[in-house]
Amino acid sequence: MLELRSLTAGYDRRDPVVREVSLTVGPGESVGLLGPSGCGKSTLARVAALLHRPDRGEVVIDGEPARGWRHRAPRAQRTAFGVVFQQPRLSADPRLTLTQLIAEPLRATGRGAEAPDRVRDLARTVGLGEDLLTRRPHEVSDGQLQRACLARALVLRPRWLICDEMTAMLDASTTAALVTAVEDYRADSGAGLLAVGHDKVLLERWCDRTVHWDELTRA
Amino acid sequence: MSGSPTGAEAEPAVTEAEPVTAVDADADADAAAVAAPPPVLSVRGLSVRFRMRGGAHVAAVTDARFDLAAGECLALVGESGCGKSVLASALLGLLPENAQTAGAALLGDGTDLLTADERTLARTVRGRRVGLVPQSPAAHLTPVRTVRSQLEETLRELTGVRRPALREAGEAAAERAAFPAGHLDRYPHELSGGLAQRAATALALIGDAPLLLADEPTTGLDRELVDRTVDELRRHVGDDRALLMITHDLAAAERIADRVAVMYASRIVEIADAADFFGDPGPRHPYARGLLDALPDREFRPVPGMPPELSALPEGCAFAARCERADEACAVVPVLPAEPSSGAACHHPVAAALEASRA
Repeated sequence: MLELRSLTAGYDRRDPVVREVSLTVGPGESVGLLGPSGCGKSTLARVAALLHRPDRGEVVIDGEPARGWRHRAPRAQRTAFGVVFQQPRLSADPRLTLTQLIAEPLRATGRGAEAPDRVRDLARTVGLGEDLLTRRPHEVSDGQLQRACLARALVLRPRWLICDEMTAMLDASTTAALVTAVEDYRADSGAGLLAVGHDKVLLERWCDRTVHWDELTRA
Repeated sequence: MSGSPTGAEAEPAVTEAEPVTAVDADADADAAAVAAPPPVLSVRGLSVRFRMRGGAHVAAVTDARFDLAAGECLALVGESGCGKSVLASALLGLLPENAQTAGAALLGDGTDLLTADERTLARTVRGRRVGLVPQSPAAHLTPVRTVRSQLEETLRELTGVRRPALREAGEAAAERAAFPAGHLDRYPHELSGGLAQRAATALALIGDAPLLLADEPTTGLDRELVDRTVDELRRHVGDDRALLMITHDLAAAERIADRVAVMYASRIVEIADAADFFGDPGPRHPYARGLLDALPDREFRPVPGMPPELSALPEGCAFAARCERADEACAVVPVLPAEPSSGAACHHPVAAALEASRA
């Protein structure tokens, strides 16, 4: 279970964008969080992924409270999350080939030896051809780069996936392909999902349940 | 005009329905038969390819052809990397040095956007006859100046308004794009995505250009803002302008377009009336059909496989490898019917009759 308990977070302590928000994602559950742009839903997603330290409140991961944020989070907690952001260009190191990009979390956790096998499997899962894997981000399209970013998020086999507007930049076919890849992984691993977005039709089709930002803040 | 990959042999026979423009080389066509005003934009056999290091070529646009009439909105849709933004850059004369073009893109008065020199483009075309609504407005606006100052500069350049009338003209220009007057003294980074979009739209409208070019105007906006943005664009088009909207957002295209052009692997593979395309009988090209079926409110099923690389396009139909209808006929590139008010470049288009039997 992933529990977000009365979180207050933002970029200015006097005026936080997230105020007293609570949300729970059950084991293996997929929850879609809907809201207009600028409402704070992405900030909440970053807190949930341990990437942004909240001003107040608590994140509890499978019964254990989060004990740090960003690089200070204990490795076991940090690697429990796979995160996919909206803009693949901004979340990919331009110097790495797609193979290196996907393998980076393995290397960072001292498991580089597993890389060749895992990258090959994941490339197939997300629909990346062999010839693309040797390229760098500027040599592939947004859709192809986002596929690589999803593979990177899955490479450590996370128990929780946070997808923040993962498909907002993508065409309909790539969107359906990436959502299918996420759902295949979840069916196989039992991972839970928090998908943040503004596309009601998409999230209702994708997730077990959807909540609107207004419902969270009013409660 | 350097040699294009396909432009030479594909040079169109100008059809009788095509209005003739003064400087058009093909102006021997039958002018008397033409009653309608000339199209605002007439794209004929437009090809763009990039020369890469090592002698390789990337065919980004191949033999695009369509007309755009006043009062009409054409949505150009396709997945990322299919060449649609390169087409837009070609129409604005903004291609990089290593691009080679072929064909023609004629404005209503006969100016060819592909051959016009930079001076002509800068002084008489951009902003004045072709307005651009950019992909990421926040990046398009000058970060160090307020919206008011940018609107006033554009007004000064394009319409010659001078102080003291400038201030009022700036506010009127903002008003046209529903940009709130209270935000005029803000800098771009102080605006939300929706407001930045409106500021960029206001700038694009100042020159009263007969052709508006919107390159992914709704990327990253939420659904309500998308609807509002495209409705505003539609309203500005009115009866005497034309809008070419490039987008991957099929819902936005459905909301605004009169016609839809689908681009795949550098070619326009289908042009159709928007109502036919999104409703009944639906798209005829199997790729276009697959793209619609991928929508979450339809079957939510991706088109299998990936599009080919533009640097290594296969012989024959570029979609054949992903197509369940493909057979030996697809080894030859299918062409879009000559006068494409509607049609599909496919050897095995999905026929309406077949749809009926499947239903």
